[in-house]
Amino acid sequence: MTRRQRLLATGLEVTVPLLLLVIWGLWSSGSSTYYFPPLTDILSTFADTWLFERVGSDVVPSLVRMGLGFGIAVVVAISAGLLLGLSPRARRAAAPIVEFLRAIPPPALLPFAILVIGVGNSMKVFIIAFVCIWPILLNTIDGVTGVDPTLRDTTRVYGVSKRDRLWRVMLPAASPQIFAGMRTSLSLALILMVISEMVASTNGIGYFVLQSQRTFAIPEMWSGILLLGILGYTLNGAFVLIERRVLRWHRGARASALS
Amino acid sequence: MTTLARSATSRPRSLRVPDWALPWASVVGVLVLFDLLPRIGVLPRDHFPPISEMLSTLVEQLGEASFWEAVGNTLQGWALGLAIAAALAIPIGIVIGSSRILYRAMRAVIEFLRPIPSVALIPLAILIYGTGLESKVFLAAFASFWQLLVATLYGVQDVDPVATDTARSFGFSRIQRLFRVTLPSAIPYIATGLRIASAVSLILTVTAELVIGSAGLGRSINVARSGGNEELMYALIITTGILGVLLNTIFVRAERRVLRWHPSQRPGEAAQ
Repeated sequence: MTRRQRLLATGLEVTVPLLLLVIWGLWSSGSSTYYFPPLTDILSTFADTWLFERVGSDVVPSLVRMGLGFGIAVVVAISAGLLLGLSPRARRAAAPIVEFLRAIPPPALLPFAILVIGVGNSMKVFIIAFVCIWPILLNTIDGVTGVDPTLRDTTRVYGVSKRDRLWRVMLPAASPQIFAGMRTSLSLALILMVISEMVASTNGIGYFVLQSQRTFAIPEMWSGILLLGILGYTLNGAFVLIERRVLRWHRGARASALS
Repeated sequence: MTTLARSATSRPRSLRVPDWALPWASVVGVLVLFDLLPRIGVLPRDHFPPISEMLSTLVEQLGEASFWEAVGNTLQGWALGLAIAAALAIPIGIVIGSSRILYRAMRAVIEFLRPIPSVALIPLAILIYGTGLESKVFLAAFASFWQLLVATLYGVQDVDPVATDTARSFGFSRIQRLFRVTLPSAIPYIATGLRIASAVSLILTVTAELVIGSAGLGRSINVARSGGNEELMYALIITTGILGVLLNTIFVRAERRVLRWHPSQRPGEAAQ
């Protein structure tokens, strides 16, 4: 790209989203359609509802459920993934069960969780954790089995202890893949948080959005949708930042290997 | 030498489960375990019936018209959602991906819309489309659209520049380059995107049935639970799992067939 083109591209990257927002604002400002209130209405409702009146009652409980479920999934999936990744026989034995559990569409497990655990917080945490496990587990297995065999053999020959091999060789070598799995799981966690709150809850963002729709509080519903969008975008962005920091050594190693 | 001798004596070959039998052994083991645990009272039987009862309910259901109707409804939502997503995402992805300027202009918009959980749109779908098939298809199509769009974008941009330049210097027109160079090299990405989008479409279809109450397996599961028919609920959950495995297998097989020429599918070269 020439300099002028690059300048044009950067300019467009900033202006196009703004332009779309302005178009939405103009188009909806004169709208008398009940379902699509003016953007300004949505924004003022957003400020009224989410800054910061409902933060304690809805946003925090939602985020706690999500964080707990995701955290449990990370710990369980990485430990199980290391075990399965290191033992080909265990991997073979577990494969059909993992494949089947992974293939069940997660929301189908909600009625099961409600039945067995009840409608409380632990049900939501369970369902989030259960669903988030699979991408991390499979990526950890792939990461561990993909460790360079020369590296594996070298550390063994040099008498590095089993524990050090696990913590200093296997885990770091698998971490780029583990992070990729965690990123997939993070968006799943948000989705399952919303669904579980829509199906059975008395608070939380998902509950709020569906309840607003049922009571025909349309600007409130839109403000909730907007909040979920912002939440999804921020979580993803924050995760990318963390990943970049943690895996800085990896990107550096790859860049120097390529050059 | 001592280690060799020890391992040979401590693990006699005859007692070891051979490698090929391991998956079968573990499946049978899990089935037997979860059949016995409720029977001896470790798991509460009224919440967790023995697996043999779930499976016999499933076999009974195979003869019921309502069961096949629910499966058909779910598959219909899945197929329509995926088809609409594919019809929109692949052309849009190719157009945006082939122009650097256009890609830069749209990048921020795509990156903002993509992580929005599609389930957030459930209330909107109910308002606009009601509780029928349209809601289900809208949600499934919306969610799979982003998966496919991003996969197509990556695929189109990952074309080997040498190949494009070669084609250009040999006087291939834009259209010819699209069909002879860009598309073939983007197809593996699109195929992977389709497989993931198919899973997403199924998930959103079942979600819509469960939350909105459109006809299909999701609603049947919920009805079975609130009606206290646990065996049926588990049988239907197992059905959705089987459906997921089947659809995934079909896509993997189709991918392998269509992409036989591609290095990622050749034996000996590890597919990522």
